[in-house]
Amino acid sequence: MAATGAPTKITQGSQTKGGIGESTLRPDGTLKVTGEFAYSSDMWHEDMLWGQILRSTVAHAEIVSIDTGEALAMAGVYAVMTYEDLPTEVRNYGLEIQDTPVLAHGKVRHHGEPVAIVAADHPETARRAAAKIKVEYRELPVITDEASATAPDAILVHEGRDDHHIGHVPHPNIVHRQPIVRGDADAAAARADVIVKGEYYFGMQDQAFLGPESGLAVPSEDGGVELYVATQWLHSDLKQIAPVLGLPEDKVRMTLSGVGGAFGGREDLSMQIHACLLAMRTGKPVKIVYNRFESFFGHVHRHPARLFYEHGATKDGKLTHLKCRIVLDGGAYASASPAVVGNASSLAVGPYVIDDVDIEAIALYSNNPPCGAMRGFGAVQACFAYEAQMDKVAKELGMDPVEFRRINAMEQGTIMPTGQPVDSPAPVAELLRRVKAMPMPPERQWESSEGSDVRQLPGGLSNTTHGEGVVRGIGYAVGIKNVGFSEGFDDYSTAKVRMEVIGGEPVATVHTAMAEVGQGGVTVHAQIARTELGVTQVTIAPADTQVGSAGSTSASRQTYVTGGAVKNACELVREKVLEIGRRKFGSYHPAWATAELLLEGGKVVTDGGEVLGDLVDVLEGEAVEVEEEWRHRPTEPFDLRTGQGNGHVQYSFAAHRAVVEVDTELGLVKVVELACAQDVGKALNPLSVIGQIQGGTTQGLGIAIMEEIVVDPKTAKVRNPSFTDYLLPTILDTPTIPVDVLELADDHAPYGLRGIGEAPTLSSTPAVLAAIRNATGLALDRTPVRPEHLTGTA
Amino acid sequence: MDFLRPASWEEALAAKAEHPTAVPIAGGTDVMVEINFDHRRPEYLMDLNRIGDLSEWEVGEDSVRLGASVPYTRIMEDLSAELPGLALASHTVASPQIRNRGGVGGNLGTASPAGDAHPALLAAGAEVEAESVRGRRLIPIDEFYKGVKRNALEPDELIRAVHVKKADGPQQFSKVGTRNAMVIAVCAFGLALHPETRTVRTGIGSAAPTPVRAKTAEEFLNAALEEGGFWDSGKIITPSVAKQFAELCSGACNPIDDVRGTANYRRHAVGVMARRTLTWTWESYRGARNATEGAA
Amino acid sequence: MRVNFTVNGRPQEADDVWEGESLLYVLRERMGLPGSKNACEQGECGSCTVRLDGVPVCSCLVAAGQAQGREVVTVEGLAEFAKDRAEGCATGACGSAAGKGTTLDQAKRWQAGGTDSQTGEGTELAPIQQAFIDAGAVQCGFCTPGLLVAADEMLERNPNPSDADIREALSGNLCRCTGYEKIMDAVRLAAARQSEGV
Repeated sequence: MAATGAPTKITQGSQTKGGIGESTLRPDGTLKVTGEFAYSSDMWHEDMLWGQILRSTVAHAEIVSIDTGEALAMAGVYAVMTYEDLPTEVRNYGLEIQDTPVLAHGKVRHHGEPVAIVAADHPETARRAAAKIKVEYRELPVITDEASATAPDAILVHEGRDDHHIGHVPHPNIVHRQPIVRGDADAAAARADVIVKGEYYFGMQDQAFLGPESGLAVPSEDGGVELYVATQWLHSDLKQIAPVLGLPEDKVRMTLSGVGGAFGGREDLSMQIHACLLAMRTGKPVKIVYNRFESFFGHVHRHPARLFYEHGATKDGKLTHLKCRIVLDGGAYASASPAVVGNASSLAVGPYVIDDVDIEAIALYSNNPPCGAMRGFGAVQACFAYEAQMDKVAKELGMDPVEFRRINAMEQGTIMPTGQPVDSPAPVAELLRRVKAMPMPPERQWESSEGSDVRQLPGGLSNTTHGEGVVRGIGYAVGIKNVGFSEGFDDYSTAKVRMEVIGGEPVATVHTAMAEVGQGGVTVHAQIARTELGVTQVTIAPADTQVGSAGSTSASRQTYVTGGAVKNACELVREKVLEIGRRKFGSYHPAWATAELLLEGGKVVTDGGEVLGDLVDVLEGEAVEVEEEWRHRPTEPFDLRTGQGNGHVQYSFAAHRAVVEVDTELGLVKVVELACAQDVGKALNPLSVIGQIQGGTTQGLGIAIMEEIVVDPKTAKVRNPSFTDYLLPTILDTPTIPVDVLELADDHAPYGLRGIGEAPTLSSTPAVLAAIRNATGLALDRTPVRPEHLTGTA
Repeated sequence: MDFLRPASWEEALAAKAEHPTAVPIAGGTDVMVEINFDHRRPEYLMDLNRIGDLSEWEVGEDSVRLGASVPYTRIMEDLSAELPGLALASHTVASPQIRNRGGVGGNLGTASPAGDAHPALLAAGAEVEAESVRGRRLIPIDEFYKGVKRNALEPDELIRAVHVKKADGPQQFSKVGTRNAMVIAVCAFGLALHPETRTVRTGIGSAAPTPVRAKTAEEFLNAALEEGGFWDSGKIITPSVAKQFAELCSGACNPIDDVRGTANYRRHAVGVMARRTLTWTWESYRGARNATEGAA
Repeated sequence: MRVNFTVNGRPQEADDVWEGESLLYVLRERMGLPGSKNACEQGECGSCTVRLDGVPVCSCLVAAGQAQGREVVTVEGLAEFAKDRAEGCATGACGSAAGKGTTLDQAKRWQAGGTDSQTGEGTELAPIQQAFIDAGAVQCGFCTPGLLVAADEMLERNPNPSDADIREALSGNLCRCTGYEKIMDAVRLAAARQSEGV
């Protein structure tokens, strides 16, 4: 292994209690366990109205007419708005491409698209009014896959595209295309002893955060609006909302409410503009809360994908080449599709060394539900396919699948297919070694002296087996995910840090716009402030748009980027504090001028440990405040023909071993254990790190065996928009998840840390699939795998 | 919408007679979901929670009179000896929270083919006690299910109780869902051995427009057990008999492809569950029989 | 219609209740008790779990009118309820915890302050609540209120649960963030502390 565990330089604060590296507890924990934490759906205002959205009942149609008369005439109804009522010429929004209508204009492009909005004095009144809006549709044929999207006579999902991708895509129903070509895959294929092809399908996953889309818009006296909402990125929302409302950004004041999970599903707007429009129209506060049914239509999903892979290998187990084509279905609107294409193509090779590659990824426009960001996007779909391929090639060669991976594992110094060198630890082989070395769970763990405990068997409480037909399988997988926003995006964050004396104690206040969505950023920010400023008391101010952008809580980036911004701002504050100290007390001790000074335990100390003074005295009568942007090192876009470019900031790696028991007769699966090993660079908060890994692992388990939004291929309508038929793993479906955390510092990152949130979601799914293949001997080329796929009854 | 709160059974019957469209609500498991998701806006909602009698049961000589609102939790915990199949089925209903509120009356009233209680009731043998101001009647369970979400109740009738035959032999219940808890049946199977009458009864859930019995399979098995002298000998059931029974149970299905599973899978899974539940119950019968003989 | 019932030991009344409203809606929107959560409104997630006459139920599936005259315990009253139980009043009816809703003003003023390693300081918590914080069982926290009510009731019935018992008792409560491992840890921790009399 090339990398070693070089200690990270921490010159400050290693003595301060509650600093980085400790499992300090969440500052919002008490509020969350007492029910007092205010989520976006908990907002309440005197005299508030309820907003309701009318959504299309068909996937693709021209809107012939909309009649709102009857709805408007209802008692208790304050406003009904359609496209015609939008206040400015800006009537679309979107993360990268502004192709999404605030309200449908002339056409609907997917099932559940917002067509009209209503404000009324009770949610039931609003629902009844929405039901009275008459919309006449003239249905159009639906585009649901690559063939129908690129057929010669295909209807264009978006006419007259003028976005910056249209110039390089082969068809207007393709959002973006990214090839990655390096070496000569054909020539390399000629050297291969075995060539293994596979075609895989990855189903549409839902983020299924538990807190539904919701928020409260309150009109303000200056003609602006205050918006309390759950989002992943306040400033990105703001940039999309303000122009539609015709307001300058400073008149749309956004405050982050409690966020009930996100996982990418809150990167796009949902009810934000609608609530503001209704509030401004009625002059009253408007609350919108989606129910679970609506939530399935109210946010983008994980891209379903078809993946065509060809690997070659020599007899001694060296991969020769990769040819691969990844077709992602972006649905009706672009959302994050271009970035998903970038990730899928640039990470299609996986954490392996392959010099000769020919990769292409595209995202379609279709009439399926819009797809965008979800934990690990692009990389998740690719990992499912390349890990299935690794097992297949290993089998073809008669090699142990873990040994085969080890032989081909990338390491620090490996050149990616994009030409980018991997310039920090990449302990792929070590993670596999560790996860394989973990003790195995006991066999037949359901048996006890009292008989079979069905809760520990496939089928669980449903009492389908007492051990009959049950076969154990074991599978391994490892994945690679980029951290942060890539491809030349100006990815920065802003932190405002203030230090002052309150109540006789030095107190730091950290203010960022970072969306705390449950990941624990607020915990970590306080730890960083303690470490850097040597204080115990840290206040985390609510996230809002009164401070600069923090960027998105996504792409495993917040601890890196906003954590980095907090660290940076703290360092600047520290310098100022020391300046004050020198000014006030420099004459009392020569060390003020000569030594390297630290803030520790509420005191100014020399690096030799000598105490020079109390922070309380230094800060007496003074407050120090710094607001500063911070950037990670820049990235480059990928070349549009070759895919070459230093596109990524950092990579993150995790490996899983899955142990499953399959009832081979009924096709039911019990995941017994999902062990994970992950390199986190530096665990700023070990408890939170493990929580992230276990949570990400479980979302990967979900997509492996139960989670899928099912879209009718004939109508492009969603068939299971509810928690009755879109199944999330329960506590009885979730195994023990032992975690082995490796800390190999990345010297480019604050404290050497590595973004952690997404990597475990990648390898969990293919590990479970590999284990099921191991138990059943079946090929299994799609996920989720359902009982009918395991019993030949599909 | 009006909310009716009858304080007694008689008041409930009177209210239902006056407002035949009134939707009774007890555990709320079905009705509230429909209201929350705007699938249903009944003119009258009639709360049955105030009628204490509905949450009680009586164990009689031959059967248990089970109030329509006795929560599944109580059936699981208090009636597993008398109604083992129904107790097992109750344990597979949704979640602990739902089992604390929901009762068999709701399953019968909704008459969804996926209701968990149905296969157990069909296998055990039961009668639904329905009542209106016009009078009371007992509807045999085999005649109760009339179509997808349709039952034999008249518009003015309410379900007061279900009379379930006390187990005279082992019973089993199995349900396939794609999750290990809190799942709606993809398909389900109930089986009861009735040593007193030397018969076997079955119930199939979610694999036909209504819950059904696999009557041909029952007849085949009854004959095979009788002819082979199995009831007396307590022999292990011949694999070929179990296999044919399973196939006939599959054949009794008339399933559809839907988002929860394919028709082919349902047929297949019912067969597997039929074979397994037959094995489990028969093993249990043999065990009990051998224990008795050993004691004698 | 008008609905009266007791919440966390305190009589509550709501007027102009639409007959189709759930107990959950009335608690959240009419009584200022938004602690019980509205994640699915179809009884599939357990985030709205409250105790109705002592029994854990999904409050989204209880029609508001069905709660008339009954006793409800929500997460807001859980600490008081647990305290009363520890002091020998098992019904929760002798508690006097007044639920606190979240007004916009309170929400605006929300700040995470103090020493976060001592979170919980100054607030009296039920043992299960403290265990959830200590074990890292809270991430986004949306499932937490329902899980706390369900877990507390399970420990009341079964003070020494096996892992399988815990999983079964909590199988009606979905969590999307944690993968449940830390929730298992929290319940084990609460059970252990309970048996040690901590």
